[in-house]
Amino acid sequence: MNPPEFEYVAPKTVQEAVDLLKVRGEWAKVLAGGQSLIPLLKLRLASPALLVDIGKVPGLDYLAESDGHLRMGAMVRVADLNRSALLKKKYPAIHDASGVIADPLVRNLGTVGGNISHGDPANDLPAVMLASEGEMAATGSGGNRVIKAEDFFTDTFTTALAHDEILTEVRVPVPLPRSGGAYLKVEQKVGDFASAGVAVQLSVDRASMCTKVGIGLTAVGPTAVKAKKAEEAMLGKQVTDRVAVAEAAALAADAATPTSDIRGTAEYKKRLVRLLVARGLKRASERAGGKE
Amino acid sequence: MAGKIHISLTVNGKEREANVQPRRLLVHLLREDLGLTGTHVGCDTTHCGACTVMLNGKAVKSCTVLAVQADGAEVLTVEGLAEGEELSAVQRAFIAKHGLQCGYCTPGMLIAAHALLQNNPDPTDEEIRDGISGNLCRCTGYTKIIDSVRYAAKIKNAHK
Ligand SMILES: Cc1cc2nc3c(=O)[nH]c(=O)nc-3n(C[C@H](O)[C@H](O)[C@H](O)COP(=O)(O)OP(=O)(O)OC[C@H]3O[C@@H](n4cnc5c(N)ncnc54)[C@H](O)[C@@H]3O)c2cc1C
Ligand code: FES
Ligand code: FES
Repeated sequence: MNPPEFEYVAPKTVQEAVDLLKVRGEWAKVLAGGQSLIPLLKLRLASPALLVDIGKVPGLDYLAESDGHLRMGAMVRVADLNRSALLKKKYPAIHDASGVIADPLVRNLGTVGGNISHGDPANDLPAVMLASEGEMAATGSGGNRVIKAEDFFTDTFTTALAHDEILTEVRVPVPLPRSGGAYLKVEQKVGDFASAGVAVQLSVDRASMCTKVGIGLTAVGPTAVKAKKAEEAMLGKQVTDRVAVAEAAALAADAATPTSDIRGTAEYKKRLVRLLVARGLKRASERAGGKE
Repeated sequence: MAGKIHISLTVNGKEREANVQPRRLLVHLLREDLGLTGTHVGCDTTHCGACTVMLNGKAVKSCTVLAVQADGAEVLTVEGLAEGEELSAVQRAFIAKHGLQCGYCTPGMLIAAHALLQNNPDPTDEEIRDGISGNLCRCTGYTKIIDSVRYAAKIKNAHK
């Protein structure tokens, strides 16, 4: 299967890339790791006239904390997230997700920016960003702007990015002391997209009361879903409060609008959400308490 | 029609050049333009890993990389594993432990195993399973492949 014909340019700066996207309009597309876009080209589900490869722009692959945020350059590979000791220790939800995205070969090329810009509700990082107060920094012909994760995922394969905007950085706030996170995913076979996935990020006070709760859902709606009512149900509650956890899990399942497909029936996926939210809250709270 | 682009890359230690259409896939550059048919195409949908090669030191699926993306890169294919006449530890281990039947997945498995051992010289069985989880085998049931990778690690470590 060969992709359709297209022109290819590998600019050396973000600005050059943005200029090309602006001039060529809707027919130009960004190429990052290529692990979603190249399969789409081969299936002829996309036929851009020009690919703008941002893989040769230097300086987009940093992964570090600064100014109160963990900052991930758009071209950081998912495999690099998985290898990071900092993420394993302080950002376990991102670290968990980076180990269950596709397979190790795809992870060696797939990028953080691509995973999020693709706008696929079955991709794993969007839910983590929704749970973790994530922000996306973009550069376009109109300049730079920062978009909150909540405002970023607008529809299936559609994001808030304009066609001449490039996502340059994905960031999450440095967690408060006594914070923890988790990402849990059920897949039918190794390397597959989720039947359902759940991201949890929370903070507790000295008395184990939840002071901050974020819950994001994968593959159970037109976009990744922020389960707001479930988050609110846990606020001010003890992480060990079984009634509160059960209520949050049920509210998250209510927020899910999955469809039946080869990865399970809608009913099954809702039950998965319920189960994974309860487990995710438990794992995140254990991590917040410094266990593991 | 989109014009061809001149690329140069190092394949198995040799400088190679080619004029390619931007849509040319790395696997076709290797197999058809450079004659390195050891790298196989199994699924062509990024699932099977028969096309696995090392690109700048990382194992990737060459059916899902454009040749132009590999401009300036270093590529290692299954043909580059042996040193001269001497097969690599991974290759010898697959022979010794019967890590193949039809052999279709083998080039990809060998490269995936090579990459795994490079990063993790003494993997647990769990880590071996994870390391080859992007590579499908329709024959062996994987048990013998896992035995082979474990044995390859043993041979390599014995030589240190
Ligand atoms: C077999 C297989 C299994 C997979 N399983 C999973 C899975 O379980 N979970 C999961 O999360 N993903 C999975 N993926 C998808 C994979 O993670 C992709 O790598 C990811 O979706 C896209 O990242 P990329 O860097 O490869 O982007 P590309 O494929 O290069 O681009 C994807 C889209 O995003 C746009 N884009 C990319 N980067 C930017 C940017 N910086 N700014 C603006 N637009 C941009 C492109 O124009 C394109 O439209 C799988 C892929 C395959 C082939
Ligand atoms: S041929 Fe490339 S993954 Fe199957
Ligand atoms: S040996 Fe036949 S596919 Fe693996």
